[in-house]
Amino acid sequence: MGTFVAGLTIFVLAVFVGLEIINKVPPTLHTPLMSGSNAISGITLIGALLAAGVESTLWAQLLAFCAVVFASVNLVGGFLVTHRMLRMFQRR
Amino acid sequence: MPSSDLINLAYLAAAVLFIFGLKGLTHPRTAVRGNALGALGMLLAVVVTLLDRQIIGFWTIALGLLVGAGIGILLAVRIQMTAMPQLVALFNGFGGAASALVAGATLADPELFFTSGAVSELVASVASGIIGAVTFWGSLIAFAKLQELISGKPYRFPGQQPLNIALLVVMIILLLWTLADPGRAPIAFWLGVVAASAFGVMLVLPVGGADMPVVIALLNSLSGLAASAVGFVLSNSVLIISGSLVGSAGFILTVIMCKAMNRSLLDVMLGSLGSAEQDSGEEIYQGKITSTSADEVAMLLESSQRVCIVPGYGLAVAQAQHAVRDLTEMLEEAGLEVYFAIHPVAGRMPGHMNVLLAEAKIDYEQLKDMDQANPLFAQTDVVLIIGANDVVNPLARDPASAIAGMPILDVDKARTVVVIKRSLSPGFAGIANPLFVADNTMMLFADAQKALIDLIAALDTK
Repeated sequence: MGTFVAGLTIFVLAVFVGLEIINKVPPTLHTPLMSGSNAISGITLIGALLAAGVESTLWAQLLAFCAVVFASVNLVGGFLVTHRMLRMFQRR
Repeated sequence: MPSSDLINLAYLAAAVLFIFGLKGLTHPRTAVRGNALGALGMLLAVVVTLLDRQIIGFWTIALGLLVGAGIGILLAVRIQMTAMPQLVALFNGFGGAASALVAGATLADPELFFTSGAVSELVASVASGIIGAVTFWGSLIAFAKLQELISGKPYRFPGQQPLNIALLVVMIILLLWTLADPGRAPIAFWLGVVAASAFGVMLVLPVGGADMPVVIALLNSLSGLAASAVGFVLSNSVLIISGSLVGSAGFILTVIMCKAMNRSLLDVMLGSLGSAEQDSGEEIYQGKITSTSADEVAMLLESSQRVCIVPGYGLAVAQAQHAVRDLTEMLEEAGLEVYFAIHPVAGRMPGHMNVLLAEAKIDYEQLKDMDQANPLFAQTDVVLIIGANDVVNPLARDPASAIAGMPILDVDKARTVVVIKRSLSPGFAGIANPLFVADNTMMLFADAQKALIDLIAALDTK
């Protein structure tokens, strides 16, 4: 249970960090916040890479491959579209 | 080859970059850099993972990355700003699907991935499958509704609530079942995915168009939680941290959106508003509407000093953001002060209107949120309402109405209100809007785009 409790600890602490930071985001930036944080949830790509890179059964490989595709759409598309949006916020 | 300590330190650095990245998003000036920091953190995490000695097969990875990145770039570059809500919904869904698939892949070869024998990892993998599948299917339905592939209206059938509760109970039992005997994890995973997929569909089907901001925020939160759950499967700290950051971001937005509509999350998920037969207001409006023309509004604007524009979803539908900018510039050149009042749930996702107006190169300093705008209306000469309805409905102040207590923009406090709208049809709440028959209100019946172009032409000839 050691690693689970350690994991739970950082999970709970990170929730507080998240709540603290995100409460300060002004309504004007809520859409970019959403797509930007959505891109960060593409971090699951790390898990996909670990699963895809090892010698395993064909079925496991197939699932892992799909995971890599989905996660990288989420990650690359998310950061790019957020960048596109944020560049439009400007002062005249 | 880096040691596992080194890899974990790099993951820590990535997590710190994500936190600084999100912090950057608290101000428009620092936001672009913030997003770039997040992307940098992601690059770092991916590179050190690829250097991990366990990874030997690069072909699957290379092909997957190439395909995924290609699709991602194409979608991100091609998408119109008005369609942003459905794109974000789709990306959320993909994130959830990826998390479920990672857990599925590890369970397909448990001897390889679960060497520590920890029960929590196997239970977490079932949880990843469940949360990921709810996120994926819920997001797909949200996408289909926003893209108008299926009707955006709430969809309900008898026995829906009991079915949802039953599915929820099944998912919880599967988790406990795995906890009791971790060897069941692979079976529990797939049963859980099936139940969760059905649950995800059922969860979003009853949600109506105007409630979409809440649902998208909620799905965003879930996609983060799914990533976190995968972190528990692989005992990977960067996944746990990033997932919980995203989870809390989505959660805060969900709460903000619910507050802005004075509704509980449960009400939204059950689609409970607008279910009763509503009065669409035919007799309330009868003979009391003051209709106006673009010329008349142009004249009115010329004798004004301070003008407020209230954008709603109708503006997005008509793609009228650039026309609004042209009008704004014209009025400012004539010496008028123009500001925008934006209700938190205007549009189909949080902050949707702000992005559209930013796209049209309108200074973000001109965009006021509800709390900033409400005290200004009493000193405003003309309020132009473009494609908004429920968020300016004074019935919200009447405790007996269906939208009682919903915070609104107090536009009726202004000297004159001009409503640009195609017809008198009610908004999502399905109720009449007494603002339309108020003494100081004039209706300009037209598509937002056409009305604005006519208005600009009328001002031009003066």
